[in-house]
Amino acid sequence: MASSREIKRRIRSVKNVAQITRAMEMVAASKMRRAQRNVLAARPYADRMRDLIGELTVRVVGSAKKGSLLEQRSQVRRVGLIIVTPDRGLCGSLIANVVRRAARFILDQRAMGREVDVFTYGKKGRDFILRSGYTLAGEMVKIGDAPKIEDILGVAIEAVKGFESGRYDELYIVYSEYINTLVQRATIKQLAPVEAPTPASGARADFTYEPSQEEVLSEVLPRYVESQIYQAILESIASFYSAQMVAMRNATKSAKDLVKDLTLTFNKARQAAITKEVSEIASGAAALAE
Amino acid sequence: MPMHLEIVTAEKVVLSEEVDQINAPTRDGQIGVLPRHEPLMTILKPGEMTIIKNGERIPFAVSGGFMEVLSNRVIILADTVERADEIDEARAERSRALAEERLKNAQTDRDIAMAEIKLRKEVVRLQVAQMKNIRRQ
Repeated sequence: MASSREIKRRIRSVKNVAQITRAMEMVAASKMRRAQRNVLAARPYADRMRDLIGELTVRVVGSAKKGSLLEQRSQVRRVGLIIVTPDRGLCGSLIANVVRRAARFILDQRAMGREVDVFTYGKKGRDFILRSGYTLAGEMVKIGDAPKIEDILGVAIEAVKGFESGRYDELYIVYSEYINTLVQRATIKQLAPVEAPTPASGARADFTYEPSQEEVLSEVLPRYVESQIYQAILESIASFYSAQMVAMRNATKSAKDLVKDLTLTFNKARQAAITKEVSEIASGAAALAE
Repeated sequence: MPMHLEIVTAEKVVLSEEVDQINAPTRDGQIGVLPRHEPLMTILKPGEMTIIKNGERIPFAVSGGFMEVLSNRVIILADTVERADEIDEARAERSRALAEERLKNAQTDRDIAMAEIKLRKEVVRLQVAQMKNIRRQ
């Protein structure tokens, strides 16, 4: 059995760890709330864009012309994949889930004879791709807690342009979807060709479009895809902080359990030492008395 | 009779209130929107947008986007938007110079695209900030 001094030292160090994880839990909780608010705040824009596309695609004849983000290519040779991960770890299985989903997607696409070009947001995804020996078509790290859309546009535009120019025949994004504090799901979504939603209302036939419906549509589409990428990044941030909060809460709990166990061991060791001493004294006294 | 204006960016709903008139820079030129305007969907270009509310003019710098007019409801989907009186001119000038510098040094397509977006935005901000000063004199 370890000496009581050693056990005492371990108890102290485990208590320190618990303090740190507890602090991290609280920080993550407050950042999570802010990240959640950002996700919700970004929704009206994307919703309005989606409605608009729905209205326009019904109206514009031959809207899926070459190079448009609506164009369905008959043959898919190469696809673009955007992987969104956090920059940091300590968030449970979140990163592993996203990365596994991405890896499966890449293998599936290859099995169909398609090439995959990978873009990444976040350090963890990038590191995974580089470790696996793939090359990156584009990357961005240090995203921060509340990026503005213009901060993240670089990679997004590159991917969108890649589709418009015909280099990619389809575009996908894989990220951690924020469902609630306890549940985040690694999700894959098709970005392009854009699947035109059905319009919510048909009572808009009297609209005037300036300069023209085609032009409005061609301006809306890339912004829509970009806002979807932005939304995915915001969700990934919210997911990260929830996952971190939960992971840190579990770590704090484990640390406390460990302290309890160690304290018990310590007390047993102390008791054993006392018993031993008492019996030594007793046997010593008995020997003298003889 | 006022109309309801909503300015929405990819980040959040920036403004949602009743206004009397909106002047916005569209791709086909500056237009003014009054209540009961015909339904319209148009593309905005970078420039100054003003809102008139209770006789007061509130200028904004907008870097592009869309404006949707339904008789008494207007939705502006802006790329970026900023109240003119919140723009610090000296800082805007510095940001513009920085953006220009970055565009010059940009190597990859992505860097160029990013720098262009930034520069366009900064130029508009500066212009709007300056316009505000001219009117004051």
